[in-house]
Amino acid sequence: MKTTVLDSLNQGLMAALQADATVHLLGEDILDPYGGAFKVTRGCSTAFPERVIPTPISEAGLTGVTAGMALRGLRPVLEIMFGDFTTLIADQLINHISKFRWMYNDSVTLPLVIRTPMGGRRGYGPTHSQSLEKLFMGIPGLTVLAPANFSIDKHSPGSLLENSILNTDSPVLFIENKMQYLQPLLTAEILSDFDVELQYDPSDAEEQFPIYCLRIKGAPPAAVTISSYGFCAELARQAQLKLAFEEEIFSELIIPTRLSPFALQPLMESVARTGKCLLVEEGTRSLGWGAEVAALLAETLGDKLKQVKRLAALETPVPAAVSLEKSMLPQQEDIEALLRKMSA
Amino acid sequence: MTLEEEYFRDMLRIRRFEETVLEEFKRGVFSGTTHTSIGQEADAVGVIRQLLPDDIILTNHRCHGHFLAYGGDMRALFAELMGRQTGICGGRGGSQHIHYKNLYSNGVQGGIVPIAVGMALAEKQKKSEAAVVVFIGDGTLGEGVIYEAFNMASLWSAPLLIVVENNHIAQTTPTEYALAGDIRLRFQAFGIPALELDTSSVMEIAGNTFQLMREVHEDYAPRALILNTQRFGPHSKGDDTRSEQVVALLKEQRDPIILMEKQLSSDSVSSIRAEVEQQVKTAFETALADPVATMEGRP
Repeated sequence: MKTTVLDSLNQGLMAALQADATVHLLGEDILDPYGGAFKVTRGCSTAFPERVIPTPISEAGLTGVTAGMALRGLRPVLEIMFGDFTTLIADQLINHISKFRWMYNDSVTLPLVIRTPMGGRRGYGPTHSQSLEKLFMGIPGLTVLAPANFSIDKHSPGSLLENSILNTDSPVLFIENKMQYLQPLLTAEILSDFDVELQYDPSDAEEQFPIYCLRIKGAPPAAVTISSYGFCAELARQAQLKLAFEEEIFSELIIPTRLSPFALQPLMESVARTGKCLLVEEGTRSLGWGAEVAALLAETLGDKLKQVKRLAALETPVPAAVSLEKSMLPQQEDIEALLRKMSA
Repeated sequence: MTLEEEYFRDMLRIRRFEETVLEEFKRGVFSGTTHTSIGQEADAVGVIRQLLPDDIILTNHRCHGHFLAYGGDMRALFAELMGRQTGICGGRGGSQHIHYKNLYSNGVQGGIVPIAVGMALAEKQKKSEAAVVVFIGDGTLGEGVIYEAFNMASLWSAPLLIVVENNHIAQTTPTEYALAGDIRLRFQAFGIPALELDTSSVMEIAGNTFQLMREVHEDYAPRALILNTQRFGPHSKGDDTRSEQVVALLKEQRDPIILMEKQLSSDSVSSIRAEVEQQVKTAFETALADPVATMEGRP
């Protein structure tokens, strides 16, 4: 059986629990045999019964509890069952957790990770399908991460999670995607049609947050740069591959794992070459990740930026009906259509 | 110095600090906002003086008294309010966002209560034997997150004392306009034993807190202490909508400092008053001369 993104995340949690006795998991329904609504914590409570704590349905309170634990020397990891419920923890994230280190003049640390799955395409409807991470980007003191589907060199979704738990002294919001969970982990071997290069932002001296740069092997210079994260990055990769082989439209795909604070450099270098950038995200389009990245590119590249496009969800709640949801969320065919237009 | 004299001195330090802040605010020495605790000094001193050295305090927007009762440096608090480099948090936090040793404060209502629960659980997990005290007011009883926190504190037996300073007014809204039901019964519903006092006697608060903290430490479980108290000053600076007569009556009936003073010899009262006056003056003047905070060299 192939290793999935879910397996990798589960292994990351187990490894963190194993490595450090201060690591504690908290969340709703995370105990075995259930192991969490999406099974990311499966096995953890059996292996580490004292450090896996099932909780009441109290997201705001729980987030405060993890903050208190982190301020007093533990490394708590909190699962918020659906990303939609992060609205309930906004006060803790924005007015407490993200501020403590700075407003207390760097006299405290807050090593905590809040994991949550975002995303639709499962027909769960308006309050269980959203991609709300844009609400938490650009908050000073809060790092927002999203794993990619790859297992290359020392990096995988699980290692990104494990490192965040064990090595970070500032709060992390770790955005998973429901559709990513069951996808196979992509190794360099599986990605045999691609040259995959791992880059790091200069501010990331410890190389914790890889930025994946994908090009089709042996392809001529790319006409367009695509950037995306989470499940949409996988849709973009499929589109990139298909158009290269079927229509000789070549692109570069840049996949960041740290969304906020955002590191522009590898993306900027690629767009400086291609002049064109397509930004794909699953959240609604206005005032989101793509808007910020487009602004950064425009400010930095000036005339070298010929064209920038955003592909994102329509400005409606996520519908429950499969047909409606498909129209509302960005699809692989939408990426392909835009790539065709932009490369023309 | 007797314990009574010490408590008198500690309460007077808070009173004179807060009065100085309000007076000097008018002259532009301080900027932004502040919340003083004139009238509530017995709560801070009576509770905090019973804590063990490793115990932890979570406090709120009205935190100056708690900080000073905890032994915090008055000059550093003045400096923090003045935006000086020598402030408790280098001027980053200001009046309601401070961290000093095991004391933490924040300015948003309610959120500190689950944080206090998390801290108590962390100490329990570490087997450190430290307990946590969290101060809230009657106004904070309107915030939903505290009931999540009470539930978890009881469910997980957190070594936590929840102190409700019920000063009967939330900013300008009298408690009867904002609070239904009974405060003690709220705790009872979560299985948290609660004691309610209606006193301005620091010794009475001290004795009862001592007993409650012993229970928290020995039982590794939460307790609540409801302190009916009175705030003589405005919520913030000039926002008191109560009449002068109402406030004057409260002062006459419920001033913890006057109450304590009556039990001490006039010699010791005047010597303590002189000592505190000098302390406040020196702390204020030193802070005033300290360098202004800058962003230089800081991310």
